[in-house]
Amino acid sequence: MCCTDAALAYVEAHAAWSEANTRPSRERNYDAFVTRTRAGAARADFAVEGVRCASCLAAIERGLSEVPGVAVARLNLTERRLAVEWAPEAEPDVGLIRARLAALGYAAHPFDPHRPADAEAAESERLIRALAVAGFASMNVMLLAISVWAGSVSDMTPENRDLFHWIQALVALPAAAYAGRPFYEGALRGLRAGRITMDFPITLGVVLTLVMSVVETALGATHAYFDGAIMLLFFLLIGRVLEQAMRRRTRTLAENLAALRCETAARIEPDGSVRDVPLAEVAPGARVLVRPGERVPMDGRIERGRSDLDRSLVTGETAPVPVEEGALVQAGALNGDGALVVAVTAAAGAGFLDEVEALMRRALETRSRALVLADRATRLYVPLVHAAAALTFAGWLVAGAGPHAALLTAVAVLVVTCPCALGLAIPAVQVVAAGALFRDGVLLNDGSALERMGEIDTVVFDKTGTLTLPEPVLAAEAGDAAALARAARLALSSRHPMAAALARQAAEGAEPYPGAQEAAGLGVRATVDGVELRLGSPTFCGAEAQAEAALAAAPEASVICFRAGAGEPVAYPVAQALRPDAAAVMAALRAEGRRIAILSGDRPSAVAAVAARLGVSEWEAGLTPQDKIIRIEALGRAGRRVLMVGDGLNDAPALAAAHASLSPVTAAHVSQAAADALFLGRSLAPVLSVIAVGARARRLMRQNLWLAGAYNLVAVPLAAAGLLTPLIAALAMSGSSVVVTLNALRARARPRPTPSPPPEGTAEVPADPAIATP
Amino acid sequence: MAVLLLVIPIALGLGGLGLGAFLWALRSGQYDDVEGAELRALSDD
Repeated sequence: MCCTDAALAYVEAHAAWSEANTRPSRERNYDAFVTRTRAGAARADFAVEGVRCASCLAAIERGLSEVPGVAVARLNLTERRLAVEWAPEAEPDVGLIRARLAALGYAAHPFDPHRPADAEAAESERLIRALAVAGFASMNVMLLAISVWAGSVSDMTPENRDLFHWIQALVALPAAAYAGRPFYEGALRGLRAGRITMDFPITLGVVLTLVMSVVETALGATHAYFDGAIMLLFFLLIGRVLEQAMRRRTRTLAENLAALRCETAARIEPDGSVRDVPLAEVAPGARVLVRPGERVPMDGRIERGRSDLDRSLVTGETAPVPVEEGALVQAGALNGDGALVVAVTAAAGAGFLDEVEALMRRALETRSRALVLADRATRLYVPLVHAAAALTFAGWLVAGAGPHAALLTAVAVLVVTCPCALGLAIPAVQVVAAGALFRDGVLLNDGSALERMGEIDTVVFDKTGTLTLPEPVLAAEAGDAAALARAARLALSSRHPMAAALARQAAEGAEPYPGAQEAAGLGVRATVDGVELRLGSPTFCGAEAQAEAALAAAPEASVICFRAGAGEPVAYPVAQALRPDAAAVMAALRAEGRRIAILSGDRPSAVAAVAARLGVSEWEAGLTPQDKIIRIEALGRAGRRVLMVGDGLNDAPALAAAHASLSPVTAAHVSQAAADALFLGRSLAPVLSVIAVGARARRLMRQNLWLAGAYNLVAVPLAAAGLLTPLIAALAMSGSSVVVTLNALRARARPRPTPSPPPEGTAEVPADPAIATP
Repeated sequence: MAVLLLVIPIALGLGGLGLGAFLWALRSGQYDDVEGAELRALSDD
């Protein structure tokens, strides 16, 4: 049988009246998600949603170990990932595992096994190993160093002192060679790129200190500074490890969210079978099946079928658009009630996504990248320190000290100014502030975004999916409760997104009507007690008049109609409800004196209604991505620091162009990548916490930089005067690092309580604070 | 003072033992799931 025949037969089976439309009608094939271990056993990794307790852990692992063929099921609670390994001879059945997890109450989706290897994990392990070595060495070297310091005021013989120095060298030199590698490599990378990074003075300081100490030891001098060099590495590595841990946590959760969004395509194989594959495996020219209620996985042209598409994630337009054969569709559009076969078009120059990406590249290039604090500190710090060291050397030569003594003092200056506190000043604040934001449901993509968020004076919102919730709900009080109950029960059979809004009104535990059938473009019908119930478009229910009346009352809504037999039809307006605390957040932003604007791609009537309800006077509707970026850049040129909050593909360029940006976790993939941070859940309050925590973090970073500077003001004159003993160096270094770290901990404090969301008339689904699915 | 030649290697050796144990634990994946480990200790089996 030819491939097209099978695909066509499948689509035609759906285009006609069919029960098959109302429930998942085809087995999924997950072979693409299974890998083989070296021993030949099959293995698959899953992202799991909703695990957060000991009983979940036991329930999942015990429940899965009973599945035939499963050898090991192990849940990683930190990463919320599940690894399942089958017995070598068993046939892996990913669908069965998902079904079993669903029965236990957890949603799960397998990872694409060919995703790029986790470089973050390898890097953080390398840093932790370096930290362990540096910690071991600094403890032991310090033990010996303190003996020497104590001995120099009592009766230690020079022979013993030299022996202790040599043992210190024995421990410190290999440890520094190993533990300092992240810094040496960073300095080298920077030099190759023609830049002086913070790694350069660190490397210079450590290497000079060690060389000087070895020379001094060989000459039998009183002081050696092995302890200072190795302690410096230890403190700086703590900062690096914290930074890396923050980055890795965000990355892990973002990957889980991506997997849970089921970013797969149902590819139609040459033999006519349908197979779920990761998006990366779909080549241009392939055919994919888009079932009712699913999102279009990739840009393409409709080959067979017709349906309504909800393109709100692409353009911000909320009204469904009817599409049929030959129409171009964009990735991210939500399919209505008809199955579609889409021929994937070539990725290059193929349309909307590429246009958006080109705009984004331009936005990122032209964005006047405000120099982050750390860069500014480095630029100021490096020449100052090196000048101070050179001056010291020259000064002592002029004063008549020998070159040996002058060099020794100059090196002491370099050593004592080594940016110990400076290296901790910013990462420590970033980590603590990112942790505080994480508790509020915000995942930070970029640590340096915190400072930018602290400067925001203008907040620009997208409407669809940002101010409103991504899924539509019933927009008005329904008159007839009995009719609503029946309409809601009928809606349970449909996978159309608008019907889903009605289905949420169904009574607890309501079953779909048996024998319900659905057809694309019309609706769903069922015969109950001899009466035909219909739910769908106004034409299908003969409810044009009621639909018009409902639309006149609620201009931003769309209508879904219901009719029982020959009775009076009912039109239900369905619209995307505002986030429960949107009005409170707007009021809070206004109270803080920030300018608020709404830039939407939706139609003016819908945007006007939302703007009026929120009391926002500055709004524009019907904007293209190009328009949005122009508005944002104009604001930026006028000196405003703009925070862009948006979710659609059409917002991605504006997100990249803004001073800082935030996306809900339900946002389009491209937007998530463009945003500085993602927020989870149904509340809009994260916008407030991001600005508040950002401002606090920025203040603390500046304080820390001043603290580190003040330390240098005390330490440099001491060193330049030749008064620096290893004891003073050790005290100054650790003291300043501890002060800076303690100061950073103040970023944990809650800036102020977030406004509590007022109850909304429509049904509320409690959001999972850890992971939300669209 | 000859005792130093005995004591210092012992001290360094013990420290190195601790370092080695930590690196081994890290490599064998004992820090991969810190949150899970604290709950696993509570389960019966």
